[in-house]
Amino acid sequence: MLLIDCPWCGPRDEVEFSCGGEAHIVRPPEPANLSDAEWGDYVFMRQNRKGVHYERWCHGHGCGRWFNVARDTVSHQVLAVYAMGEAPPEV
Amino acid sequence: MAERRIRHSPLAHLHLAARVVVDPGDAGARMSERPPRAQLAVRGDSGDKAFVAAFKAGLGFSPPLAANTVVTHDGLAVFWLGPSEWLLVGEVPGEQLAAALADRHHALVDVSDSRIAIGLSGPRARDVLAKLCPLDLAAPALAPGRCAGTILARGHMLLHVLAEDSYDIHVHRSFADYAWRMLEDAALEYGVAVIDGGG
Ligand SMILES: [Zn+2]
Repeated sequence: MLLIDCPWCGPRDEVEFSCGGEAHIVRPPEPANLSDAEWGDYVFMRQNRKGVHYERWCHGHGCGRWFNVARDTVSHQVLAVYAMGEAPPEV
Repeated sequence: MAERRIRHSPLAHLHLAARVVVDPGDAGARMSERPPRAQLAVRGDSGDKAFVAAFKAGLGFSPPLAANTVVTHDGLAVFWLGPSEWLLVGEVPGEQLAAALADRHHALVDVSDSRIAIGLSGPRARDVLAKLCPLDLAAPALAPGRCAGTILARGHMLLHVLAEDSYDIHVHRSFADYAWRMLEDAALEYGVAVIDGGG
């Protein structure tokens, strides 16, 4: 079980949140100009890293806000919490 | 054609009125159904000073801007739900607020029938809640006068801490039966008294 530090509500239990998957994936500006392979890469392909993973979380049962989390996928330790739109921090 | 509206409690089938006692005796937990209240959802940017000023003017007092706090004033409770979201419960100044916010980017929605509140109090109230909720109920973040959007059993609740051993549990109507039964089941070992929920 993770204890996630919501930027607004403070530390809360994982069950109050939902995970939105890998962060910092930018939607291609002109999808119509992409090949199927490029579109498929945007929609489906993820890094699935062992180690530091940057991901999006939503505090759905609390303040309802989305934010980014840097988490170690081996230890499950939450290394950083930062705002949407912010560059991923070095951890 | 005039519409005829009947307010029907989502807990009516539990016949709680017939169980109400005046003296809860040594029951560890007291439970009640709170009377229905007008409720208004307010959205707007708390980082926008002009919005906050208009919100304040519409209310007649400052809205809560700190996370998980409640401001209560003259029969109206204003809950902080998020940095751009509030819930007003009670004597809602709907028209006054709509006028004050007219020139600001905002949303006002009447959600009066979306939630009901269950009162839980008594010497073992915190123990009852601790069985169903992942929060640290003894933490300063949940001192009297604070609120939290969180989990009750497998559902959602807005928890309002009224006093050390007294809570109002706001749940969506469709979860009311589930929430009441889960709470009463959790409270059973301490003894449960159903009391009047107030006027
Ligand atoms: Zn939150």
